[in-house]
Amino acid sequence: MASILEVSGLRKSYGNFELNDISFTIQEDCITGFIGANGAGKSTTIYSLLNLVRREAGTITFRGKDISADERLFKDKIGVVFDSSSFYDELTIQEMTSLIAPSYSEWNQRAYQEYLDMFSLQKEHIIGMLSKGMKMKYALALALSHNAELLIMDEPTSGLDPFMRKQFIRILKTYMEAGSRAVFYSTHNTTDLDQSADMLIMIHAGTILFEENKDALLEKFRIVKGDVKLLPGIQPFMLSFDKSNYGFTGITDKAEKIKAAYPEVLIERAAIEDIMLAYIK
Amino acid sequence: MKILISNTSDIPLYQQIKDQIKDAILKEELVENDPLPSIRAFANDLKVSVLTIRRVYEELEQEGFVISQVGIGTFVSASNIELLRDSRRRLVEQKMQDMIQTAKALDITKEELNAMMDILYEEV
Repeated sequence: MASILEVSGLRKSYGNFELNDISFTIQEDCITGFIGANGAGKSTTIYSLLNLVRREAGTITFRGKDISADERLFKDKIGVVFDSSSFYDELTIQEMTSLIAPSYSEWNQRAYQEYLDMFSLQKEHIIGMLSKGMKMKYALALALSHNAELLIMDEPTSGLDPFMRKQFIRILKTYMEAGSRAVFYSTHNTTDLDQSADMLIMIHAGTILFEENKDALLEKFRIVKGDVKLLPGIQPFMLSFDKSNYGFTGITDKAEKIKAAYPEVLIERAAIEDIMLAYIK
Repeated sequence: MKILISNTSDIPLYQQIKDQIKDAILKEELVENDPLPSIRAFANDLKVSVLTIRRVYEELEQEGFVISQVGIGTFVSASNIELLRDSRRRLVEQKMQDMIQTAKALDITKEELNAMMDILYEEV
């Protein structure tokens, strides 16, 4: 499969935080979820690959070309959405858009208007008066209206209600249907990723822990539940576990072995959240 | 075509989907040259990763059930169906052999076995 964006050897440090020569690939036709705890380096990674903060080292290639050779072209081909919007609060939507739209070579006014209608945004609305969800929708409308090939978003769904998150996922999937596109977004809402992501990249303490096909990752891990008496035998097969007076619950990547040796335990599918916690513990 | 994915099953998602497409081809719900959905549309509908569907299509192609044409799509190829039907038949024959051996060990006659089969066949 073709890659759309390759990040290699990205480094950035702030005080005692360091992005440690990280490398990863965003594949074409995939929605890639970027996960990690608060302070793990998600936003720093996104900001530095967009050159919004200066990176100390690292090469970023977009469709095989180093983006620093032609940063304008790169920015023209991507759509970005941030958690804290970078708009002027005192402007109306129309005024703000009239500042932004001319910078894109393929601005599509009709698509933009359709998104405004779909999101019930009106051009007279003053940006400062919009709710968090409406601001996100406005940012999304801008990101989707210039034929971007790659959407890069930093926690676009944080603070949104479940209905809006569902709509957001539906929009991403519709966006992907055109083909030769990709989405890269960070989030804490792992249930959103259960429903939308094809690939997952996890970052922890400035280092990439894994970069994997989501379904394959979910296939690899299982939740194990059983009697505490079995714990001494099973513990070596688990990545992490909790126990109470009534039993233990753990996560394993060796479910087959456990099941063969202890047929009485319960084995269930894990969610992304369980796998994340197992990696960090 | 009906595809149901079980989240409680131990069978991997790609395997579940692949088996059900094969079944649809065997039952002739899908016939020669029928187009399969695009990878993204299919993944969206089944709520699985595009990478899972890609794997399903790749493996079905290796096994000769579909042919994918770059930029056009993936189509059912029925050339292998007889082969698969035969192998499925053999599977049933093997199980019947086991059953007959057990029956003989328990002194169950052929007539009794046939009678049991008649009843069970209607029930299942």
